[in-house]
Amino acid sequence: MFRNQYDTDVTTWSPAGRLFQVEYAMEAVKQGSAAIGLRSKTHVVLACVNKANSELSSHQKKIFKVDDHIGVAIAGLTADGRVLSRYMRSECINYNYTYESALPVGRLVVQLADKAQVCTQRSWKRPYGVGLLVGGLDESGAHLYYNCPSGNYFEYQAFAIGSRSQAAKTYLERRFGSFQESSREDLIKDALIATRETLQGEKLRSSICTIAVLGVGEPFHILDQDTVQQLIDAFEIVADEEPPAADPPTGEAEQGAASEEGAAADQGAAADQGAAADEGAAPMDI
Amino acid sequence: MTKQQANWSPYDNNGGSCVAIAGADYCVIAADTRMSTGYNILTRDYSKICKLADKCVMASSGFQADVRALQKQLAARHLIYQHQHNKQMSCPAMAQLLSNTLYYKRFFPYYAFNVLGGLDNEGKGCVFTYDAVGSYEKVGYSAQGSGSTLIMPVLDKQLKSPSPLLLPAQDAVTPLSEADAIDLVKTVFVAATERDIYTGDKVEIVVLNADGIRHEYMDLRKD
Repeated sequence: MFRNQYDTDVTTWSPAGRLFQVEYAMEAVKQGSAAIGLRSKTHVVLACVNKANSELSSHQKKIFKVDDHIGVAIAGLTADGRVLSRYMRSECINYNYTYESALPVGRLVVQLADKAQVCTQRSWKRPYGVGLLVGGLDESGAHLYYNCPSGNYFEYQAFAIGSRSQAAKTYLERRFGSFQESSREDLIKDALIATRETLQGEKLRSSICTIAVLGVGEPFHILDQDTVQQLIDAFEIVADEEPPAADPPTGEAEQGAASEEGAAADQGAAADQGAAADEGAAPMDI
Repeated sequence: MTKQQANWSPYDNNGGSCVAIAGADYCVIAADTRMSTGYNILTRDYSKICKLADKCVMASSGFQADVRALQKQLAARHLIYQHQHNKQMSCPAMAQLLSNTLYYKRFFPYYAFNVLGGLDNEGKGCVFTYDAVGSYEKVGYSAQGSGSTLIMPVLDKQLKSPSPLLLPAQDAVTPLSEADAIDLVKTVFVAATERDIYTGDKVEIVVLNADGIRHEYMDLRKD
């Protein structure tokens, strides 16, 4: 009822004890295209739905490598996500420089959360409009965290954010009990199926999704399109949820490991220029 | 009134020699593994060679604490470059970065005498040689460190690198085969070990070519 009176400033409380600007920022995350994360004891898989402004442009880059052992998938204002990824990369490099070891994921997400919290308590700032699924591997195993614009963060076995993420969450809720002991291939398969759920009937093709993997003995990398298409075909995900015909030969998956940056390059290169918002769609195109 | 003198120095010289030779499709970078201070040996097994990028290797003699700091600085900058450009730095790019990094500390220099070796974007060998404050030059071969005055004349005789000032511009690459270059490196190190007290123990040889990167070691006199 009084939402409009108390939502001008991020530093204004509502009578009900809410900060509407922060809640609006979380709305921006829900408007973004879906991002999904799952983890097992040894691996983390991040997936996202690629959204392009038009047929002519390339996709927004939504998955970023932060370090060999950490990657992030974003939903919401991708520009904010890009800036936060740069911050995360910088933190990892500085930590490594000082301590000659990898920054533990749990430390990074706290720093990220504190950074987000600052923006909820300064009148001259606005909250970051992006939700981050941070997947990482450290001494205590594989982790998946969700950082939201409010400055909160939670650890998850599996999670999905963005538009139509509820469909993915429903699928993940049914299956998450088995994820901890899942193999790498099964984890990727579940990620692809969860991604398909968010598409609401649209056919799952490697051109509209991006998959990234990291795990024990496997630095973070984005799988290239061919590998993803082979996985989609092998798991027969286009059809109903049948048991997989065969696991994809690990050779192809290994090839995907070679060019993490190469795969990102063809999606990311023009994406930075393809940011012009389409007037009809949501204002900050995601 | 005599001017006050410092009662300590921030620098120390840990000695050692470094060599690099560029070939048509390979690059050889070598350094001895002795680390000394004054007339004492600290260790016989210290690597002065650092891989900065897939196709770029640096060997540095001088004050190893500064060398280590320099290596870490370059490694961090390289990571940033990879995040921004989606690819590894080329050897000439790294050469410029090293020069800038050294000059940044023009008034409190890294006590490091560097020689950078690698393959350029076309796969040809390239060697860059530096002074402590970043003045650098692309050459066909170079030696730095305590044994450099003993080694360089031998390399000059064997490799006859054309002067970069000549016109028409001539390639700075040597006509030697990879095996011959490695042999030459071993020979000059044995020679330098004879007369330079700071060079000896072992020589670490790194070979960069289209197949990748390879390490070789050879024992030297330990006295």
